Amino acid sequence: MVDLNLRVASGEVLALFGRNGAGKTTFLHLAATLMRPTEGRLLYGDGKESSPEEIRRKIGLVSHASFLYPDLTVRENLAFYARLYGLTNVTAIVEEAAERADLSARADSPVRSLSRGMQQRLTIARAVLHRPSLLLLDEPYTGLDPVSADRLSALLSQFREQGTAAILTTHDLERGLAAADRVAILESGRLVHEGTSQQDPKTFRKLFSDVTTGRGIGHQA
Amino acid sequence: MRKYWSAVAAIVQKDIRSELRTKEMVASMFVFAVLVLVIFNFTLSLDGETTLTLAPGILWVAFVFAGSLGLNRSFASERENRSILGLMLAPVDRSALYFGKLISNVLFMLVAEVFLLPLFMVFFNLNLLAELEPGAFALFLLVVAVGTLGYAAVGTTLAAIAANTTMREVLLPVLLFPVAVPVVIGAAESTRLIFQPNPFFGPGSWIRLLAAFAVVFVVVSWLTFEYVLEE
Repeated sequence: MVDLNLRVASGEVLALFGRNGAGKTTFLHLAATLMRPTEGRLLYGDGKESSPEEIRRKIGLVSHASFLYPDLTVRENLAFYARLYGLTNVTAIVEEAAERADLSARADSPVRSLSRGMQQRLTIARAVLHRPSLLLLDEPYTGLDPVSADRLSALLSQFREQGTAAILTTHDLERGLAAADRVAILESGRLVHEGTSQQDPKTFRKLFSDVTTGRGIGHQA
Repeated sequence: MRKYWSAVAAIVQKDIRSELRTKEMVASMFVFAVLVLVIFNFTLSLDGETTLTLAPGILWVAFVFAGSLGLNRSFASERENRSILGLMLAPVDRSALYFGKLISNVLFMLVAEVFLLPLFMVFFNLNLLAELEPGAFALFLLVVAVGTLGYAAVGTTLAAIAANTTMREVLLPVLLFPVAVPVVIGAAESTRLIFQPNPFFGPGSWIRLLAAFAVVFVVVSWLTFEYVLEE
């Protein structure tokens, strides 16, 4: 990542676009403290420097991988992550999360036996178990059927209303534009465009097309 | 601090639950160790005196080989679905992840060893309960416990390093065996001395070496595990 300066406010959704290898996942991993930046700073909340542990308490990450344990059940996976985050009243939190993910009926099924869509819902439930104030979603629409994708968009809106900030990366331009307040394009680790999702969608589509087809837009924006 | 140990307990509980369901780790360690004992039993013709000299080394070779198999498996569940990243996102110091995995590994190794010891006694015709004084038998159990802790202390960190590589199955033994040599020598030597007619004379310095090794590697791993995971 080079010369990247991004800000996301509470209740705001930022969609990051870019080709494979543009640095979207790297950026999310840096923001989640899974990687250490060689230079630069990540500031959360009131802008004061926080410890990595404090930062991680505020973050929920939905990645390509589910981070779930296939041999454990839905309930056991959620309970494990609830304990890992030091949450109290684990049983109630787990039941509520399973219900919100519409997985109460499958709560005692091993994760291995769930469909891709169900696993994705559980992944999101796992990521928001501790009510993070910043949600990082790495291509969350990948592999979801239209119904599950709509459901995810609705969930994102719900989090936005509750004041949760979100950064999502996606190759799905239409869903990304619909879900986001602001949009940005990364190319080779550099931010080449940043704007609102409503601002000149035609130009944005052209930029998106240039980047995803490999023509590139350099640093014109 | 309560949250730190709550995270450690959550990892141990999760690992035990997974193991009870799959029985992958303990079963593979046990079967492999039994094979090692069988091979040594058939290839060496031991009489009463040579048994007491060689059996401790054979026992620890079985423990160590089986342990490396278990340590390799211990991060397999974290690789699938990249759950290791889920652990790294926990809002606790990442040394908690080390202690969680270490406690699980020690527990699973001890369980495999408990099942293995009666077979060792049968194969080598050594009734340790009858032949050793109660104090000497307790000392032997202490050696098993401290040796296992030391081996798992260094093994857990090296297994985490190896887990991120494509050659993990080969890399772990290559990294682990040279570093763990003091544990193997110390444990085999103290066990041999305990099996001798005067079991309280001699093994003390070897046991102190085992304890020092365990303490050094627990502390080093505690300080470096965060960087191990990030790399």
